[in-house]
Amino acid sequence: MKLIWAELALVWRVFESDLEHNRKRIALTVFAIAWGTISIVMLLSAGEGMKNAFAKGSRGMGEGIAVLWPGTTSKPYAGLPSGRAIRFRKEDVALLRERVPEIAAISAEFARFGTPISAGDENLNVRVRGVEPEFGPLRNLWPQPGGRFLNPLDQLEKRRVVFLGDKLAQDLFGRPDVVGESVVINRSPFVVIGVMQDKVMMGMYSGPDESQATIPSATYESMFTGSQPQNLVYKPVGDLGDQALAGVYRVLGTRYRFDPEDKPSLGVWDTRENQRMTDNIAIGIQVFLGIIGALTLFVGGMGIANIMYAVIKERTREIGVKMALGAKMRQVMAPFLLEALLMTLLGGILGTAIALGLIAIIGVLPLEGEAFELLGRPTFSPGVALATSLVLGAIGAFAGYFPARRAASVNPAVSLRYE
Amino acid sequence: MISMRDVRKVYETGRVAVEALRGVDFEVGSNEYVAVVGPSGSGKSTLMNLIGCLDTPTSGEYELAGERVAGLDRNRLAEIRNRRIGFVFQSFNLLAYASAQENVELPLLFGGVPTRERRERATEMLDRVGLADRADHKPTELSGGQMQRVAIARALVNRPAIVLADEPTGNLDSAAGRGIVELFDEVHAGGQTIVMITHDPAIATVASRTVTIRDGRIVEDRSAAA
Repeated sequence: MKLIWAELALVWRVFESDLEHNRKRIALTVFAIAWGTISIVMLLSAGEGMKNAFAKGSRGMGEGIAVLWPGTTSKPYAGLPSGRAIRFRKEDVALLRERVPEIAAISAEFARFGTPISAGDENLNVRVRGVEPEFGPLRNLWPQPGGRFLNPLDQLEKRRVVFLGDKLAQDLFGRPDVVGESVVINRSPFVVIGVMQDKVMMGMYSGPDESQATIPSATYESMFTGSQPQNLVYKPVGDLGDQALAGVYRVLGTRYRFDPEDKPSLGVWDTRENQRMTDNIAIGIQVFLGIIGALTLFVGGMGIANIMYAVIKERTREIGVKMALGAKMRQVMAPFLLEALLMTLLGGILGTAIALGLIAIIGVLPLEGEAFELLGRPTFSPGVALATSLVLGAIGAFAGYFPARRAASVNPAVSLRYE
Repeated sequence: MISMRDVRKVYETGRVAVEALRGVDFEVGSNEYVAVVGPSGSGKSTLMNLIGCLDTPTSGEYELAGERVAGLDRNRLAEIRNRRIGFVFQSFNLLAYASAQENVELPLLFGGVPTRERRERATEMLDRVGLADRADHKPTELSGGQMQRVAIARALVNRPAIVLADEPTGNLDSAAGRGIVELFDEVHAGGQTIVMITHDPAIATVASRTVTIRDGRIVEDRSAAA
């Protein structure tokens, strides 16, 4: 190792002298490596941006939540036949909250499609849902500045207040800042207390949140008497999702008399599964993009290997001299390996710099549209840097190793006669 | 120092096998100064390659400073060359991009000598060949005679058992050649063993022994009157 350091200065001067002989060829090769680096950094960064966009999109519905809806039993149980429809009741929420400690937060969701809502002359039919205050954080319904989500007092006093999806607010009023305005839902006047922040939703049930009106569940029940929750939405504590779900089956199974093992009795959408899947898809895409980038770099690596073979041919006599002076195999190989790595490093630094510039430019371009919301913008990250360095290092080592091995296999007696 | 018994070397070139050495017995003692002469193609270069451990004999025995050379691997041979042999070539073979000082340090570098000791020994050796003031010069900034002096300093720096020289004056004008011959004389006087291929009658006269090779055999081995 000490020896390699001692030789580094010489290696640099060898490189300089090679540069003089092969200026154009080395410039082209360094450019090829730079090009390969640009493509691998851009592709990996695009993958990273997409992964982030995916993550953001899958967070749109809520992080790690599970959505339940009523199912139908598929087994006879306790003397009851199979094929029985299960219905939720509003008391289920309190029961689950009390009996299943693995549930961190839970809300019922009452809802009606096609409910008339109007503001001024604008009349629309939308999904109106009645929920508890926990529903907001659970489902990532965040208010724009100046507004708020439903709170326990709204619930307690059955206030006629509504939280509007941002698109719904736009459709009703033609503008987003409508906190304090009045709307009429099913012929009852409501005050708008908040408008949802724009968000990307890649998964949804019963339509996007941006087009729904959300009111306190207590208010909802008083307006639409006798209604029962359409869904229950909960979030488990930490990574106790499996235990929480088992608890839900146990408690509701006892209550509605179905076998806790009878899965179809409840409909379950466990978003953790989706998140795992989108994560895996994103990783898969990134690996794929990385391989394409690595192949581009590989071509540059071939260029370097090619140059190294030519350089070794030019320096055959020098190799023979070094051998005569007692250079061992690795001492013959080291300078060529280092020279190949040096060229790779130069190309890599150049390429990364250009790629970072491109990423910065794309980052500030005023790009709009759903495609960008789904694909995101290229994002450079430590992971991308690490992957790029590893691929570059591997290619440099590869491009240097084989030529260097040929150098070490030179016959000193023959090479000393070589002109 | 050198002990060869019935050494043969056959080169397989395509379908024809060329027998470069056909049974050579050769002994060189400590502090001898041997000139090897012979026409081109006689096998003297092959003999030098074998002595210098750049190549191994096809058959026969070779001991260098008491160590058997046959059957050693490349790294081991490199080590022997590094410690036991100093090479001086007709065309100097200095590294063009390195200074005189760095060229002289090279064998020490390969031998794993620490930096400071390397510097000191190389400086001392350049001083000995009269080039202390040229240490930072590149070979292209030196004359032929000076380049060969650097090469000799490089050959001596690791205190080898033998200095092997191949036509060291072949590329020099007569004045520079004389200087080199004198330098070898001094080196010999300092106790060094020298084996030299040469056509130069001036060297043949200073050498303590002249060996003539023809057709792969030693045909004459004459010691100068002491």
